[in-house]
Amino acid sequence: MASGASLLSAVVVDDEPLARELLRELLGRLPDVTVVAECANGFEAVKAIAERAPDVVFLDVQMPKLDGFEVLSLLPKREDGRPAVVFVTAYDQYAVKAFEANAVDYLLKPFDKARLAAAVERVRSRLAAGQAAPPPGLATEARGPARPVSRVVVRDGADITVLPVATIEWVKAEDDYVLLRAGGRDHLKAETLGSLEAQLPKDRFVRIHRSYLLNLDRLVRLEAGATGTPTAVLRDGTELPVSRAGARRLRERIGA
Amino acid sequence: MNPILATSGRLRPYLLAWVPLTAITGTLLVLAARLTPLEAVLVTLPLTAVYAFLCLSSWYLCKAVPVGAATLARMTGTLLAAAALASTLWAAWGATIVWILATFPGFSALPDSLPALTPVVVILGFLLYLLAAAVHYVLLAVDRARAEEARGAELSRLAREAELRALKEQLNPHFLFNSLNSISALTTSSPERAREMCVLLAGFLRSTLGLSGKATIPLGEELSLVRSYLEIERVRFGDRLRVEERVEADAARCGVPPLLLQPLVENAVKHGVAPRLEGGAVTLSARQADGMVRIELVNPYDPDAEAAPGAGVGLANVRRRLAARWGDRAALETMRTDGLFRIELTIPADAAA
Repeated sequence: MASGASLLSAVVVDDEPLARELLRELLGRLPDVTVVAECANGFEAVKAIAERAPDVVFLDVQMPKLDGFEVLSLLPKREDGRPAVVFVTAYDQYAVKAFEANAVDYLLKPFDKARLAAAVERVRSRLAAGQAAPPPGLATEARGPARPVSRVVVRDGADITVLPVATIEWVKAEDDYVLLRAGGRDHLKAETLGSLEAQLPKDRFVRIHRSYLLNLDRLVRLEAGATGTPTAVLRDGTELPVSRAGARRLRERIGA
Repeated sequence: MNPILATSGRLRPYLLAWVPLTAITGTLLVLAARLTPLEAVLVTLPLTAVYAFLCLSSWYLCKAVPVGAATLARMTGTLLAAAALASTLWAAWGATIVWILATFPGFSALPDSLPALTPVVVILGFLLYLLAAAVHYVLLAVDRARAEEARGAELSRLAREAELRALKEQLNPHFLFNSLNSISALTTSSPERAREMCVLLAGFLRSTLGLSGKATIPLGEELSLVRSYLEIERVRFGDRLRVEERVEADAARCGVPPLLLQPLVENAVKHGVAPRLEGGAVTLSARQADGMVRIELVNPYDPDAEAAPGAGVGLANVRRRLAARWGDRAALETMRTDGLFRIELTIPADAAA
C-alpha cells in the first residue's frame, strides 16, 4: 500500500451484541482502523453513516426493520466511493447480490482475524483506487428480479419511511432520483425509475410513460387528450401523461 | 358394497362353491323326498341358482349387527330370524318350481312330493344362509384388516417423512454459524461464558440427534431441548430475547413426537422477536385437562416486517405430523391479535410410554 498509514474509520452494524463486540475487538487489533460507531439496527446505521461519513461499513444482512441491502440503498452516493461496504453474515446465499451491489467483500460468520485483515486490505485498495460510487439504484437492483419487493424504504434527512408497495400511487423519474407519491405525500429516493420498476410487483405497476410508473389500483380512466396523447386520470383526480407505448401496455393490462 | 361383489375374483369362487352345494341339495331331494334323479336336477338347478344370490343379502346383516358392536343375543336373534325368512322364501320358490314343472307332461305327480320336500329345503336353506353369513363376516374382517394395515403403513410413512423433514430443518446451519460466531466473540472477552456456550450448543446438538430416532418422548424432554435452544439464542440476542415458561407437571409427562415444538419456537425467535427493534418475550405454556394437553406459544411480531419465505413451512410440518400421529384428534390453531402471534396445540394426553 502506498499510503498504508491512513486511518480507516469504520461503522459496525449488527443486531447481535456479541457479533459487534467481535468485530470491534478484531478491528481494534488491526493497525490504523478505528471503529467510530456501532449500530444495532438499520435505522441507527443509516443515521450513523450519514453523521460520521465513515470509510467503511461492516454490515449484517438480516436485521430488524431495515435489512443490510435496504440500508445500502439509503446511503448517500459519494464520488470517492466512500463508504466501502463489507457484508458480514452467516448466510452465504446473499453473496452474489452483495457483489452486484458493489460490496467490497463478503465475510461469512464465523471468521478470523486474518480473513478480516484481508477484507480491510481490499477496502484500502478499493478506496485508494478512488473507484466511483455505484450508480444510484444498483444496490437495490441487485436484489434481483427473483421476488418483487413488498416495500420501499426512503430517507428524508434523518427520517426513514417504510412504504408498503400497496400505498405507492405513482412514481416519477427526476434525474438521478425518483419521486414516489404515497399516502398523499411525496418522497424522494436516489434510484432510477427503471431499477425501481424491476423491483416492484409487475401485476400492480405499469410503466405508462418514460417518466411515470403507475399503480393500477389508482387508475380511474384513460382519457384521449386533445393532442392525441392520452391522459391517465387517477382516483384523486390527478392526471398523468401516458405515452403511446404506455397506453398500449395499459390496455393490455386492463383488457380494454 | 358387498365384499364378494366388490373385490374382483371373489364372485367366481363363491359361485363354484355352490356347485357341490347344489349336488348335495339334489342328493338330499332324491334321498329324503324320493325324487327321481331327473326331477332332482330340474328342481335343484333353479332352486340353488336363486339362493346363491339371495344369500348375498346376508351382507346387510353383517353391516346391521357387526361383530363386537352388537350384543351376542341380538346378533344371534337377527341372524336366526333372517335365516328363517330366507329359507321360507326359498321353500316357496321350491314349491313354485315344482308347480311349474307339474304343468309339463310326465311331471304331474311331482307336487305329491312337496310335503317331504319342503322341510328338507327349509332346514337346508336355514343352514346355508347361516353359512353364507359366516363367510361374509370373515370376508369383511379380512377387508377391514387389510384397510387397517394400509392405513397404518400410510401413517408410519407420513410420520417418517415428517421426522426427516424436521431433522433437516433442525440442523439449521445459520443457527450454528451464528452461535459459533458468538463463541468466537466470547473467547477473549469472557472465556468462561464461551465454554458455557460450547456446552450448551453440544448438549443441544446431542439431544437433537438422539431424539430424532424416537417415536415419542415426554413433553418435558422436548421442553428441555427447547430451553437449551432458547438459552443459546439468549446469548446471541442478549436482552432483546426474553423467555417465559408455565408448564404444569402432569402435562410434562405426556408423550409427543420429538422436535414437535422446537421448530415452532425457532420460528417465534426468528420471525417474531428478531425482526423487532425492541425484541420481546417468547411465552410457552402447557397444561393438561380432560384427557388433552394444551400447549400455547406466544410471541410478539412486527406487523410491518416482510413475511420471510419459508415462515409457514414449520407450521405446515407440525400440522402434518399431528395428523400423522393423531388424525383429527389433535388440532393446531394460530391467531394474530394485538401484535401477538399465538399458536395453540391441542393433543391427546397419551402417556409417554
